[in-house]
Amino acid sequence: MWSILLNSNTQWVLLSTAILGIAAGTIGSLAYWKRQSLMSDALAHAALPGVIIAFLLFKVKHLFVLITGAAISAVIGAFFIQGIRSSTRIKEDTAMGMILSIFYGFGIMLLTIANRTSGNQSGLNNFILGQSASMVQSDVWTMSILAILVVSIVVIGFKEWKIYLFDRQFASGLGLPLKGMDVVYTILLVTTIVVGIQAVGVILIAALLIIPAVSARYWTHSFQTKVIISALFGGASGMIGTLISAIGNGWPTGPFIVVLAASFFIISLIFGKEKGILVQHWQMKHHKKQEILQSIPTSVLKKEVQ
Amino acid sequence: MTYTAWIILTATLVGLSCGLIGVFLILRKMAMMADAISHTVLLGIVVAFIITQELTGVHMLIGAIIAGLMTALFVQWLNSLDVQQEAAIGIIFTTLFAIGVILIEAFVGNAHLDVQHALMGEITFIPWNRITLPIVGSIPKAAAILTLVFFVVLLFIIAFYKEWKITTFDPGLAASVGIPVLFMHYLFMSLVSITTVASFDAVGAIMVVAMLITPAASAYLWTDRLHMMLVISGLFGVASAVIGYFIAAWIDTSISGSMAFATGLIFLASYLLSPKHGLLAKYLKPEETFE
Repeated sequence: MWSILLNSNTQWVLLSTAILGIAAGTIGSLAYWKRQSLMSDALAHAALPGVIIAFLLFKVKHLFVLITGAAISAVIGAFFIQGIRSSTRIKEDTAMGMILSIFYGFGIMLLTIANRTSGNQSGLNNFILGQSASMVQSDVWTMSILAILVVSIVVIGFKEWKIYLFDRQFASGLGLPLKGMDVVYTILLVTTIVVGIQAVGVILIAALLIIPAVSARYWTHSFQTKVIISALFGGASGMIGTLISAIGNGWPTGPFIVVLAASFFIISLIFGKEKGILVQHWQMKHHKKQEILQSIPTSVLKKEVQ
Repeated sequence: MTYTAWIILTATLVGLSCGLIGVFLILRKMAMMADAISHTVLLGIVVAFIITQELTGVHMLIGAIIAGLMTALFVQWLNSLDVQQEAAIGIIFTTLFAIGVILIEAFVGNAHLDVQHALMGEITFIPWNRITLPIVGSIPKAAAILTLVFFVVLLFIIAFYKEWKITTFDPGLAASVGIPVLFMHYLFMSLVSITTVASFDAVGAIMVVAMLITPAASAYLWTDRLHMMLVISGLFGVASAVIGYFIAAWIDTSISGSMAFATGLIFLASYLLSPKHGLLAKYLKPEETFE
């Protein structure tokens, strides 16, 4: 195990998945409070055909080329979901399910062709469940730079994002460009998703956006602290999950990252100081005791004191 | 029957069962719940396999029903703890699916059950895996299970047609006339689970979502009547399966991927041509559609 840890390539990969987790935790918080958790799942699946088309067109496996394709295809998916929802009577969740599965199916069609024509198994299968071991130095750089960019944009405009999420009316009164912020938000969401697909895979990357954001709400009331905690949970899940998958030989990375994130969630759910199950249980008990005490007539109590 | 005929028949059965179940899925606004169950069923199958060391139909069906009901229960529980429903679905299915994948990688990892197979389906192997039944003789196992599941689904839909209709469109009324709404909900989740697991072999975890949702959504654009929607959705499911098979044979690619893609083609055609909600109809007589 130590030999793996001391390997400089592993260290770089660990660092980059930690940064990815931080970015996902941050954007995931915005998505949760925008009530769009499953949109990230739909967009991640919709990214698959873009990866394969980019590979078939340019015949290179440079991460930047592939995730550009992924981003284009995810944005087309988002556009379709929006279009179906607004121009027919089909509801948003049905539209998401349709686009998710059709795009994914189309991606699998293309993947089968790519695997057949390029012969060398092309390594594209890694994009389904994630494989951090397949990452090379340039992938690490691409991933880290984009993830840092995403986090910076959220941090710089944090006050504006907060108003945008919680009080759209007030935001438009302040003259914030809501349409523009919608676009930026979608770009940030898509960037985070496509940056993560090589390490976590298209099927499970959504978990890294959803789970830390929900876990964070058990620890604090303040939105700012929630985002920070969510980022920390995301970063820790990314790093430890990658480490575990690096120890096993050739295990996919995505599932381990998700199980880690889920463990943090369970801990938060039980022990969290805001609305955690234990705290709530204790509060209920305390409350009942108070009620019983209050229900005893004061004369009885007085007598006892005397 | 020939090899190709068995594949088409299997795919047709998938299309029929999924098409019927899908109608209630989208009318009950549970499309993403289907997505969730299609993933968690994997865990049910893996656990059933680890316990029994067999991949036969009945164990898999039981494992799948338990996994499906667990998904529904967990989502409901988290939702009752004040987590948004969408996020609750996202947490539960990704986690259970991840555990399923890890179990396969760590404990199973053999030729009978691998992740690739679970994700993409392997309909081309179906005709080889046969069982011998009385009267009909030797038929592929998957076709036998799918036939069974199709009749179970059909039976439940016909037997409780009125109850499904009322609980779907007006759960409040249903409760007030004494229909057990919650029981119907979990019964429905069980039907979704067995349909999903039976179709799993043929189309895999994610493409089954396409077969469940898209034909029903397409049918929703053609009619307002529930029984017509069921018929059209079933037919669209079959058509997607057959068209998908021929696309795959034509360009030599994944059959399950092509079937998911074909459901998209049928939706596109419905979106353009539907007499009431289609783009063409809106373009031709805008004053009527915008009343």
